[in-house]
Amino acid sequence: MSTFLGLPAPPGAPPTAPPGVGHLRGDRPFPEAAADALADPQLRHNLGRATRTIRGKRNAVVAELPDWAELRAAGAAIKDDVLAHLDTYLLQLEEKVTSAGGVVHWARDAAEANAIVLELVLAAGATEVVKVKSMATQETGLNEALAAGGVSAWETDLAELIVQLGDDAPSHILVPAIHRNRAEIREIFLRAMGGVGRAADPGLTDDPAALAEAARLHLRQKFLDAEVAISGANFAIAETGTLGVVESEGNGRMCLTLPRVLITVMGLEKVVPTWQDLEVFLQLLPRSSTGERMNPYTSTWTGVHPGDGPQEFHLVLLDNGRTAVLADPQGRSALRCIRCSACLNVCPVYERAGGHAYGSVYPGPIGAVLSPQLTGVAENPSLPFASSLCGACYDVCPVAIDIPSMLVHLRERVVEDKRAHSRIPTSEQALMSAAKWTMLRPGRWAAALRAGRAGRVLGRRRDRIGALPPPLSAWTSTRDLPRPPEQTFRDWWVSSNGGHAEDGGT
Amino acid sequence: MSARDDVLARVRAAQAVEPLPDGPTPRDYRRHDDRRLPELLDLLVERLTDYQATVHRGDDATTLVRSVLGGRSLPSLVVPDGVPDAWRDGIPGGIDLLADDPPLSAVELDGVGGVLTGCRVAIAETGTLVLDGGPGQGRRMLSLVPDYCLVMVTADQVVGSVPQAVAVLDPSRPLTWVSGPSATSDIELNRVEGVHGPRTLDVILLG
Ligand code: SF4
Repeated sequence: MSTFLGLPAPPGAPPTAPPGVGHLRGDRPFPEAAADALADPQLRHNLGRATRTIRGKRNAVVAELPDWAELRAAGAAIKDDVLAHLDTYLLQLEEKVTSAGGVVHWARDAAEANAIVLELVLAAGATEVVKVKSMATQETGLNEALAAGGVSAWETDLAELIVQLGDDAPSHILVPAIHRNRAEIREIFLRAMGGVGRAADPGLTDDPAALAEAARLHLRQKFLDAEVAISGANFAIAETGTLGVVESEGNGRMCLTLPRVLITVMGLEKVVPTWQDLEVFLQLLPRSSTGERMNPYTSTWTGVHPGDGPQEFHLVLLDNGRTAVLADPQGRSALRCIRCSACLNVCPVYERAGGHAYGSVYPGPIGAVLSPQLTGVAENPSLPFASSLCGACYDVCPVAIDIPSMLVHLRERVVEDKRAHSRIPTSEQALMSAAKWTMLRPGRWAAALRAGRAGRVLGRRRDRIGALPPPLSAWTSTRDLPRPPEQTFRDWWVSSNGGHAEDGGT
Repeated sequence: MSARDDVLARVRAAQAVEPLPDGPTPRDYRRHDDRRLPELLDLLVERLTDYQATVHRGDDATTLVRSVLGGRSLPSLVVPDGVPDAWRDGIPGGIDLLADDPPLSAVELDGVGGVLTGCRVAIAETGTLVLDGGPGQGRRMLSLVPDYCLVMVTADQVVGSVPQAVAVLDPSRPLTWVSGPSATSDIELNRVEGVHGPRTLDVILLG
């Protein structure tokens, strides 16, 4: 393997996402941040319950489809085709959106995307915007950029609203407020709604239906008042210029339908070639994501529809490190990701550490491979190590991203990067060559996993292992290693019903 | 260089590092559901019901509309252009009828009790109704803002699978795929019906 990555990039290499803007980097290394979650039993309980529930639903609806493996193969192939012809499809998309009455903008990075959006909002004369959940705009830190420009952005997904009113960070792609219980949500609503819009009824109870009703009333006013909405997109079809948003609550439909101006911010890689491709992703995504045969609402629109919905439409195409990911042949398939979060829900590390520990808007296994590639491994060096390489993420991924192999590759890049900057072999390098040897043969890895359980002896009274013998000590002295579980994940997976419904495995 | 040219140049430089595999997409998945219509209709009812829609089935549209709306005590109802007389005739007296002509504002619609609408296609396997703004459906906001939605489906609109629906839909129209009422599971994973969209979804299946 000899890529230029990890070493100073040669002229012409696509740049990674610039620092100082957006949310792709944590303040602390993963193991340190994970320690907080490990010490919080309520959070671990909530996460465990959430991931278990969604995992079960997902397995049931995936098992209903006899052709899941074929759909998965098609999904992966379509996404690879997109990457192979990304320039062509983007140009085609631009042409179709434009001829349907939309305006296409290109953004090299987060700062440029934020500036484009702010300018469009101000040009529309608005000081408030409504937003439907969009990972791309969380990635760019759009809300902060808008606030700095005097524009208030209101998140309208129930969970995002809870997170925003609680002045908090999302902990899961799909259920971002899973770290909050109903009593906390009630308290947040009572305390914070009044300051920014319609206040919650003082008699509000913590019944989920009552809490949802409070959110409905609070946000209804915002939807009716809004001149401008901002959304992400689950896909954009090059052939037709059609954009699509998949959602549950209807806040997406509100944003896409009521305001006069719609601005959609989308990562470059979300383009798909043809209308027909929808038939693949509308089967893969809902079943993998919320574990439903179909999510409650999917909206598609093409440019501007006279007399129906927004009469001004802008599409912002965002790079922000994606082309740098594309430049790594062993890492580029991370761009197939359709953000379903299935890999999070099966990940034993995620289940314990929670989303916040990853320090990026992209948590879990996909975050561990995507964030370091978007920022460059030097700025997220601990994330590729935030995994036990158990392989469950690969098995459930609807577009067959081989996350475990990519993690091993990225670990090598981290080591390469450190060597390039220090010249002397680090203990991580020593560890990595040992790890590489172990991972070359599944039998060795399984043996190592079982041996890892011996770590429980070391950490019997605590949840963490403070130190390991050299050369591993150099690693654990600065990074608390989660105590390996009694049962390895592979053992557990096989013994639980989780293993069953996986027909499309590989 | 413009951002556009810059980004495109980056894409090409990245692709040039090592070419990506190229070739036709394998589409070996099921494109067509071979089940017969009566079976598909039963499946549609089962799947819609599973996602908390209430389904009413029969041949007489007028009678069905009358009995379904009669049980919902709505003060007012918006009825889009192109709704067949047989449906309209079933609407019980005492419900205020609104046409969307001239177009109602979102604020006006917020004060309306419900909507009666047709659809373009229904997918049995997923329990999905797709609206495309065609005759008898109207603008997207009509089926969104009021808290109650009654969708009329005719048997000839029912297909088995998602690929069959995609094949008949026109991407140049604004499409809304509806599978059950609006829902969230954001509060301790409890499913709650209706956060923003209609909290009650009635479906009348004719045939
Ligand atoms: S990597 Fe695969 S499983 Fe994980 S979120 Fe992306 S598409 Fe889903």
